[in-house]
Amino acid sequence: MPYFYNTPADQQAMLAAIGESSIEHLFDLVPDELRLKRPLDLPPALSELALAQHMVELAAKNAHIGQKVCFLGGGAYDHFVPAVVDAIASRGEFYTSYTPYQPEVAQGNLQVMFEYQTLICQLTGMDVSNASLYDGGSAAAEAVLLAMSVTGRPKKAMVAGSVHPQYREILRTYFECLGAELVTVAAPSGIALPADVAKAVDEHTACVLVQHPNFFGCLEDVAALARIAHDAGALLVQSFDPISLGVLKRPGDLGADVAVAEGQLLGTPLLYGGPYLGIMACREQFVRRMPGRIAGQTVDRRGRRCWVLTLQTREQHIRREKATSNICTNQGLFALRAAIYLAEMGPQGLAETAELCVRKAHYAKERLTAGPRLKSAFDQPVFKEFVVRDSQGRVNELLAQALDAGYLAGIPLGPSYSDLGDCFLVTVTEKRTKAEIDGLAEVLSARRDTAAPRPHTRIAGVR
Amino acid sequence: MRNLKSTTLLFELSQPGRRGASLPVCDVPAPHAAELIPAAARAEAPPPLPEVAEPEVIRHFTNLSTLNMSVDTHFYPLGSCTMKYNSKRNERMAALPGIADLHPLAPEDTIQGLLELLYELQHMLAEISGLPAVSLQPAAGAHGELTALMVAAAYFRHLQQPRTKVLAPDSAHGTNPASARMAGFDFVTVRSNSSGFVDLADLAAKLDDQVAVFMITNPSTLGLFDRQVSQIAQMVHDRGGLIYLDGANMNAILGITRPGDFGADMMHYNPHKTFSGPHGGGGPGAGPICVAEKLGPYLPTPVIERRGDRYVLATDRPHSIGRVRSFFGNTGVLVRAYCYIRTHGPDGLKAVAENAVLNANYLMSRVRHILPVPHGERCMHEFVATAAPLKKKNGVTAMDLAKRLLDFGFHAPTVYFPLTVPEAMMIEPTETESKETLDAFAEVLFRITEESPELLHEAPHGTIISRPDEVQAARKPVLKWTAEKPTGE
Repeated sequence: MPYFYNTPADQQAMLAAIGESSIEHLFDLVPDELRLKRPLDLPPALSELALAQHMVELAAKNAHIGQKVCFLGGGAYDHFVPAVVDAIASRGEFYTSYTPYQPEVAQGNLQVMFEYQTLICQLTGMDVSNASLYDGGSAAAEAVLLAMSVTGRPKKAMVAGSVHPQYREILRTYFECLGAELVTVAAPSGIALPADVAKAVDEHTACVLVQHPNFFGCLEDVAALARIAHDAGALLVQSFDPISLGVLKRPGDLGADVAVAEGQLLGTPLLYGGPYLGIMACREQFVRRMPGRIAGQTVDRRGRRCWVLTLQTREQHIRREKATSNICTNQGLFALRAAIYLAEMGPQGLAETAELCVRKAHYAKERLTAGPRLKSAFDQPVFKEFVVRDSQGRVNELLAQALDAGYLAGIPLGPSYSDLGDCFLVTVTEKRTKAEIDGLAEVLSARRDTAAPRPHTRIAGVR
Repeated sequence: MRNLKSTTLLFELSQPGRRGASLPVCDVPAPHAAELIPAAARAEAPPPLPEVAEPEVIRHFTNLSTLNMSVDTHFYPLGSCTMKYNSKRNERMAALPGIADLHPLAPEDTIQGLLELLYELQHMLAEISGLPAVSLQPAAGAHGELTALMVAAAYFRHLQQPRTKVLAPDSAHGTNPASARMAGFDFVTVRSNSSGFVDLADLAAKLDDQVAVFMITNPSTLGLFDRQVSQIAQMVHDRGGLIYLDGANMNAILGITRPGDFGADMMHYNPHKTFSGPHGGGGPGAGPICVAEKLGPYLPTPVIERRGDRYVLATDRPHSIGRVRSFFGNTGVLVRAYCYIRTHGPDGLKAVAENAVLNANYLMSRVRHILPVPHGERCMHEFVATAAPLKKKNGVTAMDLAKRLLDFGFHAPTVYFPLTVPEAMMIEPTETESKETLDAFAEVLFRITEESPELLHEAPHGTIISRPDEVQAARKPVLKWTAEKPTGE
């Protein structure tokens, strides 16, 4: 029993103090007929060493990004994580603490939340940020619910087809229960055209949800879409890529009313999809309808600056069924990682990271589509992702061939877009080298029977 | 020794031109972003983030960490939150490159080991709960509640008898009513009786054929096992409704009794509590749900299935409510839960419940003559004491006691919850504390109640700050640092 203090002698002494003869009797509250009369059917206990051996064995059945070159993105990205992030986030004072219910002994966490909120406002150009939500997808859904609440339009919202397909699936799930209508405007040219959006928006539409750069990597005309939304009395919700703001205009500068993002990009490894970080920032007038924890500045009884959780009358533990959301935690540890990452990067580091993404993605797009078989699917400027069309329509075969050669080459789009069955999405972060990109181009352009994988050289496990 | 600069904000430390990270030079022949990104989309300058050197980043955040109480440093008897020891071996396992460095959209063939782990975890959670169908997708306990209520709604829609109401007792967590609303239900509160259990007459009066779900926390937020639970389940099932178990308190019943065996149709786990995934300063958690066989088809997609000797992410489930979270879920938390369960085995998990309940009853026996415990002679994994008599006697509140405990190096219990007990102090010691720590806590609590009310009203005295002005924080919200107003007014 690995983590207990109680010896049999302790147990006897404690039972005597309680006035009970056995631990068994302590459970007399549980009626006998409800008791489990057998041991749980679970594998026997493992020592630490045996657990480690077992886990290493399981891990060996996976191919991680230190073993396969990762050109996968689609909402989860292989960006560089500086060592300082892990060094600080692995401090027990951060990761074994909890929600700062007692601010006097949680000023570290509260100040980090306040700094995180400030950093997100600086990053996005928005007025206020909460202290984080679960992930980019649920943040997008919460943003739409927020828009419905502040516009008083609870029955309809519009989403561009170029928004992450999983985010749209989450919205559909939420909307089903609320009896609301989700209008999707397709993006056949790779972006949502303002004219198409204008036709789909009316006086019942709570918001227009757009992703920029979008799921295909293309740049949307957010400013134009914001004007259309605002003319109809709707809000513009932008899902953004935090790294892209090293080179792109910020959501707040483009007219967005609510900005949401997947924050995994800011200092968190891929973790097979989670835990991640839901970023949400909005205009000041919506703050009292915002979901999630928020830290605020105040003073203590001696006038010293300090921080507390605030505006809690929005939240479920006070408002119960009238709360703005049921959310009762933030992703504190990942908000911390994002804050460390942004502090370590600074404006220059973020700009250089974004610049590397743009240039390498551009180079990769040129290289991959230079031959006769693969074409760029959309004629649009991109940030770090682009869609490739296989003129032979054998995407799965092509990706399997690349995998054999050591490349996670891309995400097939057929399962999410019936008209893009011959397409896949390729992502290039600052971590990808020219050698890796050239290697991928060779593998993808080679004839199947002569594919000659070139071994790539990487330092295993570099995040 | 405290660093006096530690509470200076990052933004106040910033100096133009300083930087931490350095990045490689561009190794591809490509134009600059200025030529590739259209001017209308391009920022004129990067965002105005702070500019600090790397040593400053480390010193700043390291010093901030020392301003927190944590499980690694202090006794943290925060009721309902199960602040138990967070195993270091689990952190190490979750960080293995073959576990942590996997892309969520990687081909199934490249993640068979992880899928095997998660598939086995589905089975373990089903066995522990007695409910056979599992979704690992929800991102937190509250998200699990919401997901399960959506599953219930889909089930009733499919039966072509949609229902409008969700019920829960007045002692329920605030997430229960909030989740019910988000899932599109009307919420109705059921009273507790004087013993702290569900008032069956009130439940009977509020039960009708519009009730989709009755949500119950058992063991309850009072730390009691509601013996009426099977009877309640019978009453709700007789009207065609479903029972949802808020699994916040599973730590007390691991291997002792199973929700599926006492009438629950659906439940969530809080693996960050029960299976000791660390709380992370407020998150991440996870909220996997287990449901009865008949509700399985409605669970979110994907679920992991074993087909031959391969593990697959199954999405071909026509009755599924769809997706509630991007990608698979909070995998990192689930991996730690798997490690925790494998480390304990069946006997170890039962011993967790036994020692958690022993520690709670022991501490209650030491505390109840200092502060009365209104409900019950025995408790499960936690108990709720009240400072109401003390308040009546000399004006000392539960909050005063909570704040003074901080001075002695103990985190405060949960106070003012559940709402059904005045001046509530909800104390959960967990199984990973020693008798000596519990004795020391009880002695300090006793000593505090003997202190002068004036001293207690002003507590804490030894922390880095005294009580913050929360009214000002809410009335004039300052939610970010700005250059114009660098300090508090």
